[in-house]
Amino acid sequence: MAKPLTTSTRTGRTVTRTGTATNQADMMAEPRRHLLDLDDLAASEIEGLLNSAEGMREIAGRDIRKTPALRGKTIITLFFENSTRTRVSFEQAGKILGADVINVTASASSVSKGESLLNTVKTLQAMQIDALVVRHPHSGAPYFIANHTDAAVINAGDGTHAHPTQALLDLFTVRKHIGDLAGKKIAIVGDILYSRVARSDIIAFQKMGAEVVVSCPNTLLPDEWEPGSTLGDETGFGGLQLARTVDEAVEGADVVMALRIQQERQDAGHLPSLREYSERWGINARRMAMAKEGALLMHPGPMNEGVEIASDVAHGAQSVIEEQVRNGVAVRMAVLYALCAPGRSSRNGAGNEK
Amino acid sequence: MLVGFRSSGPEKETLLAARNKLAITGGRVIDPAQGIDRIADVLISDGVIEEVTDRSNGKAPEDYEQIDASGLIVTPGFVDLHTHLREPGQEWKETIATGTRAAAQGGFTTICAMPNTDPVQDTASVIDDVMRRAVADGVVRVLPIGAISVGQKGKLLAPMGELADAGVIGFSDDGNPVTDANLMRQALAYSVDLGLPIINHAEDRQIGAGGVMNAGPVATRLGLAGLAPEAETTMVARDLQLAGLTGARLHIPHISTVGSITALRSAKERGIDVTAEVTPHHLTLTDDWVYGQKGEVPERVGPESYDTNTKVNPPLRSRANVDAVVEALRDGLIDIVATDHAPHAATDKVCTYDEAAHGINVLETAFSSVFSLVDSGKISLGRLIESLTAGPAAILGREFGTLKKGFAADVTLIDPGRKWTVNPEAFASKSVNSPLAGVELTGRVVTTIYQGGTVFDLRANA
Repeated sequence: MAKPLTTSTRTGRTVTRTGTATNQADMMAEPRRHLLDLDDLAASEIEGLLNSAEGMREIAGRDIRKTPALRGKTIITLFFENSTRTRVSFEQAGKILGADVINVTASASSVSKGESLLNTVKTLQAMQIDALVVRHPHSGAPYFIANHTDAAVINAGDGTHAHPTQALLDLFTVRKHIGDLAGKKIAIVGDILYSRVARSDIIAFQKMGAEVVVSCPNTLLPDEWEPGSTLGDETGFGGLQLARTVDEAVEGADVVMALRIQQERQDAGHLPSLREYSERWGINARRMAMAKEGALLMHPGPMNEGVEIASDVAHGAQSVIEEQVRNGVAVRMAVLYALCAPGRSSRNGAGNEK
Repeated sequence: MLVGFRSSGPEKETLLAARNKLAITGGRVIDPAQGIDRIADVLISDGVIEEVTDRSNGKAPEDYEQIDASGLIVTPGFVDLHTHLREPGQEWKETIATGTRAAAQGGFTTICAMPNTDPVQDTASVIDDVMRRAVADGVVRVLPIGAISVGQKGKLLAPMGELADAGVIGFSDDGNPVTDANLMRQALAYSVDLGLPIINHAEDRQIGAGGVMNAGPVATRLGLAGLAPEAETTMVARDLQLAGLTGARLHIPHISTVGSITALRSAKERGIDVTAEVTPHHLTLTDDWVYGQKGEVPERVGPESYDTNTKVNPPLRSRANVDAVVEALRDGLIDIVATDHAPHAATDKVCTYDEAAHGINVLETAFSSVFSLVDSGKISLGRLIESLTAGPAAILGREFGTLKKGFAADVTLIDPGRKWTVNPEAFASKSVNSPLAGVELTGRVVTTIYQGGTVFDLRANA
């Protein structure tokens, strides 16, 4: 399997590995590896993880779902935001692989009450952990943590920045249905401005050769993104198409992905009402009919049925939404295995570093 | 005795002055207030300037201690209209002792202390306290700025007359914009009698709600909430209208957007009594610096990104805005350079970008970083020196910022060829929050003389 991911040194400098061939000595020389976002990974490394996830999916589907692959490894899920599905998915992934998984929920606001994120991380670090799965409301928090721990850091969603395992499971799900992604059209509709899923998915699908087009109300698009244009490489999302209308986005699409619209967008004045959003941007049967025949309907969850997605299509034949959740476990198993398996452990070779 | 400078002028300050005779010989003397730019000698006696002369011909007259300045640039001591000294109240970040030493290292001999101390500088007693501490612990001149509103809360006017009598050089609620347009109007109107400027941090907090860096491609890629330049521009435009209405003096701090500059130009053309400052960082750093690669745009976001030392308000802007403020400073539309020196402790910066405090530690890198604009031909050396000396002195209406006979002998010596690498650990400042750590700069202040006494000298280590 491809050896993925980024290594970083105590000084915060990082090295991205682009090749897939490596040897044990290389691994030993590079003490820490993380999954922070998919811009870290070459397409071949993403392929490697997805291939590994295929095997993991088989294991997760067994009657007795337990392997000793990560026995004796300790994984901490450190969630500063409420999340059921992502946390449980990581916990399940770790446990199937035989790791000890400890769930820590913390409040980002507790930082202001005394303990800083730095001290929290140092405290957990002192307990000899192998991986830290981090969800945090502040963009960049997993990067900060990666600078201050020897453990492998896995970004389980940071602010509005990235959610790489979601993007991996989305790739995995689409690949299972339509195979090669090259040239396929992926329409993402919804809260682009605040969506870490959108950012990671855009990077991920584009990396695999797909064309990504987004649509949303102007109020939920970054100021500098102009509907009707295509983004340049300097943006980090080069090639992303910004549709003028949602119909233009879904027209002929191979995949339609709806993103969650939160009530607070209405409260903050981004939207007149959820009802109006639903009418103008909601994914419904009419819009799915404009997509390519047999197009997949996706949603990262949790859904607001009747707002960004109509109930009938959400639970209809084209929907792969539940499958996304199932695949999430397999993909996270692949990620945890890649970062924590014996011989790959972030702790190996990190012993002298203090 | 030395309770500050209530009756301004050099006579009181001479009490502090060194009792000596000093000749700074053979340097390129640049004193924009007098239109001087030539090789000459500066003679100092008992803490005041005796004269700038060619007569001594590079040799110190008898009885004078000599400083050989050949190869160096000799200017009036720099004046900073915008400094945070953190004392009283946040002495773990900076004190008057460390902040004034940082100033001396940067060539500044006069610094104006922003009122966001704890307690806030909103009563005469706090102003008196700051001035007393400055004389006791400081090594350069400290002039306090009073608050516009009680507690900087934007509700009730601070006792502006009392503060003026106590010696403040202007009024500001510092990082708190005066949101209430009517309060701003009243503050401007009230200040007319006092003859002191109102300095308002222009930012519409509603437009940029929650923004932690400049809105734009970098913010979008990093998933950081953006502060649109228009949040600044709209309040600058409002303040200029209110300055016109009241006939008051408005000083715009840390101007940073194309739109603000357009509004400023139009206001100056209409004769509104307005001045503006720009910081070294807004003149030299773009929002690409948030990537943590010293301005390079990386292929991928990495652990070096989210450099909290780049978090400042107003935020570092796009290249177009940076180019616009440089051009406006060159043309004199922006009057001066001011540092907005904002020291913060490690705990305020070793955290996520959202949590990090706003502010950059500037005093000790200020000259060198703006001197890069001279090196690259974007601004003349004379204009740059003016923006650090005669310019701010004119806004203050005080008698310094020049090497005129009888003025305080505040002199800064610069080695224009000296290269150095910024090492915040070596700062005189108590804090290290500089995004320039590790950056090599050319041109450095090597000696600072305050009222005839040497308060910083690097020449021995040259």
